[in-house]
Amino acid sequence: MFDVVIIGAGVIGCATAYKLSKYNLKVCVLDKENDVAMGATRANSAIIHAGYDPEPDTLMARLNVDGCAQAKELAKKLSVPYKNVGSMVLAFSDEEAATVQKLYERGVKNGVPDITVLSAEEVFEREPNVSREVVCALWAPSAGIISPWEYAIAFAETANKNGTEFVFDFEVKDIKKEGDVWEISSCDKSVKAKYVINAAGVYSDKIHEMVAEANFEIIPSKGQYYLLDKIEGKKANCTLFQCPSKVGKGVLVSPTVHGNLIVGPDATTSDNRDKVNTTGQQLDFVRNTAGKSVSNINYRNSIRNFAGMRANSNIDDFIIQVAADNFIDLAGIKSPGLSAAPAIADEAIKILASIGAELTEKESYVDSREKVVFKELSAKEKAEVIKKNPLYGRIICRCETITEGEIVDAIHAPIGARTIDGVKRRCNAGMGRCQGGFCGPKVLEIISRELNISPLEVKKDKNGSNVLVSETKEEK
Amino acid sequence: MFDIIVLGGGPAGLSAAYSAWKAGAEKILIIERDKELGGILNQCVHNGFGLHYFKEELTGPEYAQRFIEMLKSTNVEVKLDTMVLDVSENKVVSAVNSVDGFMTLEAKAIILAMGCRERTRGAIAIPGDRPAGVYTAGSAQKYLNIDGYMVGKRVLILGSGDIGLIMARRMTLEGAKVLACVEVMPYSGGLNRNIVQCLNDFDIPLYLSHTIVDIQGKERVEKVIVAKVDESRRPINGTEMEFDCDTVLLSVGLIPENELTRGAGIEMDGRTNGAVVFENMETSLEGVFACGNVVHVHDLVDYVTAESARAGEAAAEYVKSGEKNAEIVTVKNGEGVTYTVPQKIRRTDNKFTEVFFRVNRVMADSKINVVSNGEVIATFKREHMAPGEMEKIIIPKKILDSASAEITIETKCEG
Repeated sequence: MFDVVIIGAGVIGCATAYKLSKYNLKVCVLDKENDVAMGATRANSAIIHAGYDPEPDTLMARLNVDGCAQAKELAKKLSVPYKNVGSMVLAFSDEEAATVQKLYERGVKNGVPDITVLSAEEVFEREPNVSREVVCALWAPSAGIISPWEYAIAFAETANKNGTEFVFDFEVKDIKKEGDVWEISSCDKSVKAKYVINAAGVYSDKIHEMVAEANFEIIPSKGQYYLLDKIEGKKANCTLFQCPSKVGKGVLVSPTVHGNLIVGPDATTSDNRDKVNTTGQQLDFVRNTAGKSVSNINYRNSIRNFAGMRANSNIDDFIIQVAADNFIDLAGIKSPGLSAAPAIADEAIKILASIGAELTEKESYVDSREKVVFKELSAKEKAEVIKKNPLYGRIICRCETITEGEIVDAIHAPIGARTIDGVKRRCNAGMGRCQGGFCGPKVLEIISRELNISPLEVKKDKNGSNVLVSETKEEK
Repeated sequence: MFDIIVLGGGPAGLSAAYSAWKAGAEKILIIERDKELGGILNQCVHNGFGLHYFKEELTGPEYAQRFIEMLKSTNVEVKLDTMVLDVSENKVVSAVNSVDGFMTLEAKAIILAMGCRERTRGAIAIPGDRPAGVYTAGSAQKYLNIDGYMVGKRVLILGSGDIGLIMARRMTLEGAKVLACVEVMPYSGGLNRNIVQCLNDFDIPLYLSHTIVDIQGKERVEKVIVAKVDESRRPINGTEMEFDCDTVLLSVGLIPENELTRGAGIEMDGRTNGAVVFENMETSLEGVFACGNVVHVHDLVDYVTAESARAGEAAAEYVKSGEKNAEIVTVKNGEGVTYTVPQKIRRTDNKFTEVFFRVNRVMADSKINVVSNGEVIATFKREHMAPGEMEKIIIPKKILDSASAEITIETKCEG
């Protein structure tokens, strides 16, 4: 029996688990996949928005600005890659200049720090690759870029160190209440809890409907992206947006925390919430639209395309509500959900307190995380860590300079990697220009060795995504 | 202080180190990132290596072993399982391994022999789902030939590069069904002998001017959609074919791996994706040489060996007598020529200079002209040329002496 069960181990569920883990509560996080950060958290623009987009007095406005400020501190404390690069909204006409002015005023109302409107010359000075068609731009220095999955993983690992349990491969099929106790069941397992937090992302409406009348609907919105080689990484110094439209913040061009360039997304509604395929037509659209902001991106240096599904809804705000007795929805968390995550977690805790949950702080708890990132060490530090653990002296991923030591750390971390993509998300092996062509077989071998499983059992990603199908020579 | 540090212990590095030793360099170190010497040759268990160099047919590991044996008679040092992190302009190499830890090593000359990597799905933006079952041909080859595992049972191959063709045969021999090889260009990117021996002999169809337009599958590849492409390589609606398969192998090109080269500030050639080199394989940074697939992608390892031998000898000569000043002739690409190596030729006492290049289309009965000041100063005839096959011309000293400071290599189709 748990005090709190959180459904969904995306960045919202994990941030909530992290913030709850300092209290004397028994908490469990459930997810239908085999790892944390398997939905929208792992496939998005990776931006910490400043908070000038949402309408004033919405949850989105308040929680975005709060979350943006928190991200900077949390990233430092939890060793999550983050860079405070700022963002621009580019205007290409007088009409768009008016939109930029409106965003500026909205930003001021929302409490976004230090925003200004830059002249075209000031824009070109900061961003030499930006189109000369730009007439002015909104500049928000508080915006940043982050590794979204590492953000969620860091939250989860730290919560786990404080006692929070994580149960994977648990697809919630039914939620029932008996007396004061919620019982949450998958096909073959069930857990009980006093409080339930629904952080189920694109499925948050389905989970809500297991306990209450429908009062919102998720309208999944797919976004497709290009990720480019570090050679292109300097084409933008900050996140470059175009003026927002009804469907979203539009196609951006941005550096990533790992030094690559990200371009996207488009926005298409989808009836299949799990189908995050890319399409030739929409990738063309992304390229062509981004060309308006930065025209000299060489797409021959693309290293990956991907698509993510955003939990857009029919409500023009985040849906943070008490859906039933002791059951809280953190639903419809669309953009700027990643930016707002820690503030959304605070909001959930506030609601928990208001509905009677007893929140007393533990005598001691962990709220920071350290990890070895070999390539960021000085020559002296490199020598020292190799002396301590020779595995840091063996580079496995040559593109990103990731050592065997870091991969083994990722596997034996509190919520350890079980798959090749799990290793990639935790320490970046396979994230580079060869996309695991060279290190994939080596990572597979290390996972197999460290977890003591057959290479045939090692998965690329979700259950069923086995890399190898058979041995060439079966033993007789 | 080493005379020469060779970065990479594949065919290029082995040949360069051996030749440098023979030419009189004494303190030579090979740094290899893998646990053994030989590089990619170790996973190339098929034969066909060495026909030019050893005048016999060897497998990849046998070819590598010949050089490893030859090196045993020298004092060339080897550091295995060691990764070079950085090469500085003043020829200091930073490297790590688990035994020596972090090292900074100095050398009078450096030979870059890091080889190349495969283009990936992301590089060519193949749309669709992102399930397991999509591999570069070389990774699948490692799983199969080194580790002993099959990556799939029903295979579609995209690209007709040599590794893809070799893997079509290899997967078939191991019991997989290879459904087709699909090539976006109207001609194959691989050697003709591989088309015959790896596809035709096994009744594997080759679809030229076709490409993959969609990969489908939730966790593992389930289905691949292939369509014909028009002249600008755009898929043509209505020409789609479905293949039920669990695996896609990509053989869509190789890219020289030059992160260290760029880091050292060496001048690059955007067409080869390798360093700009002189006729002796020296780069724009004095005393730093490059050879093999890190300079340009070769068809045959024999050619890599020969080129690397020249680099090794030149590096040894540099260690002995330093840089030689000479006038420079720049080599330009003319009609039909994608790139040339070398890009620059020093006027030395060499009796002749070899220039390697590739053409941009299939050509029959053609002429190769060397042009200087708008005049053809030498002509070479070829019955057949194709982008998949590297061409070579030998320019005698006499001709080079008559040339201006810039020559252009061009092709003219007669047929």
